[in-house]
Amino acid sequence: MEIILSAAIGILSASGIWLVLRPRSFQVIVGLCLLSYAVNLFIFAMGRLTPGAPPIMPKGGFVDPTLYADPLPQALVLTAIVISFATTALFLVVMIASRGLTGTDHVDGKERSQ
Amino acid sequence: MIGEHLIIAPILIPFVTGALMLLYDDRRRAAKFWLSIVSAAAQLLIAVQLVIRAKTGGDVSDWEGISFYLLGDWAAPYGIVLVLDRLAAMMLVLTGLLAIPSLVYAHAGWNRQGPHYYSLFQFLLMGLNGAFLTGDLFNLFVFFEILLAASYGLLLHGSGQLRVRAGMHYIAINLAASLLFLIGVSLIYGVTGTLNMAHLANLIAAMPGENRPLLHAAVAVLAVAFLVKAGSWPLSFWLPTAYMAAAAPVGAMFAIMTKVGIYAIVRLSMLLFGDTGGASAGFGAGILIILGMATVLFGLLGVLSSQGLGRMAAHSVLISSGTVLGITGFALAGGGPGMLAGALYYLVASTLATSALFLLIEPMSREDGGIAAMLALTADAYGLDGADLDEVPDAGLAIPATMTVLGICFALCVLMLAGLPPLPGFIGKIAMVQALMAQTALPAGLAWSFIALLILSGFATLIGMARIGIQTFWSGDLVLPRVLALEIAPVIALLAVLAMTTVKAEAMLRYTAGTAQALHDTAAYAFGVFATPRAADRAPDDQGDDP
Repeated sequence: MEIILSAAIGILSASGIWLVLRPRSFQVIVGLCLLSYAVNLFIFAMGRLTPGAPPIMPKGGFVDPTLYADPLPQALVLTAIVISFATTALFLVVMIASRGLTGTDHVDGKERSQ
Repeated sequence: MIGEHLIIAPILIPFVTGALMLLYDDRRRAAKFWLSIVSAAAQLLIAVQLVIRAKTGGDVSDWEGISFYLLGDWAAPYGIVLVLDRLAAMMLVLTGLLAIPSLVYAHAGWNRQGPHYYSLFQFLLMGLNGAFLTGDLFNLFVFFEILLAASYGLLLHGSGQLRVRAGMHYIAINLAASLLFLIGVSLIYGVTGTLNMAHLANLIAAMPGENRPLLHAAVAVLAVAFLVKAGSWPLSFWLPTAYMAAAAPVGAMFAIMTKVGIYAIVRLSMLLFGDTGGASAGFGAGILIILGMATVLFGLLGVLSSQGLGRMAAHSVLISSGTVLGITGFALAGGGPGMLAGALYYLVASTLATSALFLLIEPMSREDGGIAAMLALTADAYGLDGADLDEVPDAGLAIPATMTVLGICFALCVLMLAGLPPLPGFIGKIAMVQALMAQTALPAGLAWSFIALLILSGFATLIGMARIGIQTFWSGDLVLPRVLALEIAPVIALLAVLAMTTVKAEAMLRYTAGTAQALHDTAAYAFGVFATPRAADRAPDDQGDDP
């Protein structure tokens, strides 16, 4: 389980970083998306891996916290997903505007040969 | 009881104002302008009130002048807290001082170049105020995102190819930095199990040795995110282009955006790795010093090599950033609170001066025709040339003796940034140099090279700016630009505030000295939040106390 999750995070961030460093704006945005998936998984993993345990405890009385998953990282992930989704959408708009204004999808607004 | 809730007002006021203005059509510009001004003035008044409170103390939830506000009445560390101390209050006042001139300046014409200018501006203020007030790491992330999202919109305000390209780089860099921020925050949570800054400061002294490397890695990742915002050297290549491309009033407001990164670094490093940090004390000090020096050097070379005033102003932002970063490193390494006091004073003064300079650039280079052409183009693109509902007379008052007024304002800005007497740049630098010479914790060579760099950077600013000033004001074939009174008044107001910081230098230095002392002595911050009673527990007592 640990191996699978860490490999997933590693592969996602490696591909993300490679794509972010590419010259085409579409590659950059896909790279940022992959990076944000990797980070979301990472936040999730920081609550420790507890398969099959609910994050919500029953009300009242003594509860054994080892039987439950940590709810806080799940809440953090939710916030992070919403924020990165919104900012990525905004980035997409800027990218389309740049494509329209410059006529190229290079991140610098001009091809290298020009 | 109202006084207690005053802490959250700097976040709520711009939020409500900004949301309210979204309901109205963009053509009701005068109404929106006055609403924004009232909101910004209210924020400034409240910020001043909060400074007085932080200075004197005397509230229910009060620890040596630090007030805590439990959001949703959850006991710390389970809920989010807002913390008001001297540093936060000072930054709030600075934000308010920059906001009003920038708004007035935008009213002269820039607000017409794109939609929702005033709402975005209010959301930027909300993010800034929130970032200064919050005592929770994840909440800090959320406020950073709010201010960044607003700043993306403001940077693109006015559109045009240059801005969209700069904006795209700016957004990409900041998205990547936000992801690093998240990694750092979640790693800290994974190691310590808390996101409350005060709680972290408590835990760090007694943390088991095997967890420390992981915590250090987490804080280092977090610091990279802050350093990107602060414009520290290897991470600052986006900054000059973005700041130069921004519309003048936006650039003036962006002068404080780098300071948010600096604020976060000062706050967290002093809280976690100060004297109470146990085995972690002083972590990162050397790196901060080196990065600070490199940033000053980069800014210095940038100022000397820039051809345009915009790029030069952006590089002087870097110099001011780097100076405070380096001093934070020295303070962290045990240099004593004296130098941090000078650095905070310098931070306030240099932010005001760069802001004034950004407002001056556009009127000074107006006769070039470049900006006027761009304005006409974007106005067409947005169809904003149409009738105004409010009938703002386009002209307003043009000022007489344009070049003289502009020239004097420019000269004052240069004197301030170069750190020549009698302006506050000089006083701040003197305070820093004095403390650097007195310190014994670090090798004298390091302190001396920093002093040399500090003085050289002032010299370079003077040379670079004087060159541009001569080209602009003394070249013969000059077409007089038409500058509106609305555009020059904010600059004069900012310079008047700078003059006030000179006159009141002693009182201000006393305040920043208290701030630096409080930053070194973290006990009140770290334990106060846990002693803050919940309102639900406190309510019966309060009623009993009423006469």
